[in-house]
Amino acid sequence: MRTTRYAASLAALGLMLAACGGSEAGNQAEDAADSNVEVQEEVDFEAGTTMAELAEAGSMTVGTKFDQPGFGLLNPNTETPEGFDVEIAKLIAAELGIAPEDIEWTETVSANREPFLQNGQVDMVVATYTINDARKELIDFAGPYYEAGQDIMVAAGNPEGIEGPEDLAGKNVCSVEGSTPAQNIRDNYPEATLTLFDVYSKCADALANGQVDAVTTDNVILTGLVAGSDGAFELVGNPFTEEPYGIGVPKGDDEFRAFINDTLEEAYESGAWADAWDRTAGAISGQEAPEPPAVDRY
Amino acid sequence: MTTPVLFDIPGPRARARIRIGTGIGILLILGILAVVLVRLAGNGQLEAQRWAVLFDARTGVPQTLGRALVNTLQVAAVGMVVATLLGLLLAVGRLSDHRPVRWLVGTYIEFFRAIPLLVVIFALYFVLPKYDIELSAFQALAGGLILYNSAVLAEIFRAGILSIDKGQREAAFGIGMRKYQVMSLVLLPQATRRMLPVLIAQLVVLLKDSSLGFIIGYFELLRGARSLVEFFSLSFGNQYTFQLYVAAGLIYIVINVLLSQLANLVERRTRRRPTTAGTQAMELPADVQMGQGGGAAASPR
Amino acid sequence: MQFLADNFDLLWDAFLTTLSLSLLAGLLALVLGTLLAAARVSPIPPLRGLASFYVETFRNTPLTVVFFFLIFGLPQIDFILGFYTGAVLSLGLYTAAFVCEAVRSGINSVSTGQAEASRAIGLTFGQSLREVVLPQAFRTVVPPLGNVFIAMVKNSSIAAGFATSELSSLLPRLVNADAGQLTAVLLGVVIAYMIITLPLAFGVHRLERRVAILR
Repeated sequence: MRTTRYAASLAALGLMLAACGGSEAGNQAEDAADSNVEVQEEVDFEAGTTMAELAEAGSMTVGTKFDQPGFGLLNPNTETPEGFDVEIAKLIAAELGIAPEDIEWTETVSANREPFLQNGQVDMVVATYTINDARKELIDFAGPYYEAGQDIMVAAGNPEGIEGPEDLAGKNVCSVEGSTPAQNIRDNYPEATLTLFDVYSKCADALANGQVDAVTTDNVILTGLVAGSDGAFELVGNPFTEEPYGIGVPKGDDEFRAFINDTLEEAYESGAWADAWDRTAGAISGQEAPEPPAVDRY
Repeated sequence: MTTPVLFDIPGPRARARIRIGTGIGILLILGILAVVLVRLAGNGQLEAQRWAVLFDARTGVPQTLGRALVNTLQVAAVGMVVATLLGLLLAVGRLSDHRPVRWLVGTYIEFFRAIPLLVVIFALYFVLPKYDIELSAFQALAGGLILYNSAVLAEIFRAGILSIDKGQREAAFGIGMRKYQVMSLVLLPQATRRMLPVLIAQLVVLLKDSSLGFIIGYFELLRGARSLVEFFSLSFGNQYTFQLYVAAGLIYIVINVLLSQLANLVERRTRRRPTTAGTQAMELPADVQMGQGGGAAASPR
Repeated sequence: MQFLADNFDLLWDAFLTTLSLSLLAGLLALVLGTLLAAARVSPIPPLRGLASFYVETFRNTPLTVVFFFLIFGLPQIDFILGFYTGAVLSLGLYTAAFVCEAVRSGINSVSTGQAEASRAIGLTFGQSLREVVLPQAFRTVVPPLGNVFIAMVKNSSIAAGFATSELSSLLPRLVNADAGQLTAVLLGVVIAYMIITLPLAFGVHRLERRVAILR
């Protein structure tokens, strides 16, 4: 009984809070820019190809990240992800005659991208997925469709004077366990002390609390965190690796890979690629769409 | 312990001492609370608008937390019902007259109690598809919860069945019942009633453990809260992080405390019933209550 | 398996971290849990209330939430712990609630005659608890206590998400190095856990049998 009463007064307090002005987040709530991809009406693919199968089914499953601001971030209200990766996937789906609402999004984390593709649980993976040779042993990559680089984020004013990875020696630097950037620091800058969480949002918290001196990962992810920090964080802006993001497809499906590469090149030409950037990652960082990277048809 | 045997009922002087001690204690706790509040306020964590977000429907926060809570409750409910039924079957199997059945069931129970639940869920979701069995995140999570909890519950049921007075069993055999009749008509109904409080307590464990689901992308309460934190980080940094996690934590505590209260209530009720005038109330073992961490971050990300 | 052998140093380091984390947290939980259990049967009502408030709170909260509050909540009141310290405290404070429950049910299992007799010969509350009840309680409590510690070792994996590089943090790390080795890594980590938990379980079983004979 007593618990019910507490709950009731708590709810009342909440309503009161909401009534007098509400929250900043509520006042700014607005619909995310709708995607305006044009879905192909008439599609015709050679029978037996992945494209024909997907077009026939009218739906597809895409693996993407759910926790990368600007690339693939779950909108908890719609329970669908939003971001540049998501828009790229929509572009490809549209070429197959599949509307955005017919795409089933599956959360992929770094470790399950290859198993998902190998098991056929997803049709493709667009998930800030760096192309490298070890991964090419297990799956194939279309693209790259974006060229990222590892960078460093520090507290505003850069109190520790960190200008590049060399300055991380003796500093406490945060990243995500099992990520390529973390491994890079471990291998090439062993003087730095690594603090590893499971998600980047915790790194941002730790930096805000002064529990770590810096956060390192791909610049595009850091840009999202800086944008949200209201001036509390800044980007060092000195990328020290090259991370070409590719689209993962099952090993050996060369036709599908070629199709995706064609679609990407068309999107480069038509401006759809730049438009996707402007509405997502670009809108967050305020940066113009860069020159798209040349696809690698290996 | 209804009547204290370890100490005398405190006399007037002892009561006075206790009162003074209590006063000092209360002052101390109030002092700590005040420091906490002052520091939270100093860090801006008590701003009304930061808390208002939890109730502001325009942000979608209440809706999202509500949906995530429903998901949590759903998987816990399904897991609980199936685990209970399976647990009953396993308990009967463990008490079987046939050695191979006993052995088989025993192995099942030991196996699933020994390996971390996280690994089971992980295997269901990522290894089974290699053998063409595809489970949804909900199915894999519910499956993991069922496999682990049925093993735990089987042991508890077994103890419950064994705790039924021997006379019941002998009397049932005496009037010519068959083995399965004795089990299903005499022993199980009595045992189940006695187990009811334990089953409710187990539900608390299941609720906590359902937060392991986020490793396979199941949108449960903790994942929902984290998702909101990440979504807001785009425009508001970590302004709402503390509030959202406090909210998620409070929701768990409130629901679980209510369930625990229910378990206590049911226990008192069942103990009063003359038909179940059992020897002792069953209790959930402390290690089982601990659960499997709930929301383990051991996911390969 | 070759992959695991190549990374043996990593496994060994992580194993030691899990072990030390479990030992320190276990010690904290044992001491605090016993004190809480004593408080729950004490003559002072507010102390009883405080102890049961503690137990109810921690028992009904997922461990992850406890971790979150110690690592990210405390800095909000200008109190920053190291990540390892935070992990030891989170795990220890959480487990203490269950140690308390185990010890308390052990105290309840000691026959009331024992308590009455110790009171009759003039022992105080503290003395009768220390000299008579707890030593007997601990004997019956050892098996459930052992199980609590086994569960705690498994639960220590939560620390991986909060910047402590223990055993399960190897999963993401090694799998990112080579996703093809998922099964091998999973197996290696599980075996490493079992190296800690199986001897514990074996010890518990043996003690259980001994206690059973003594009764």
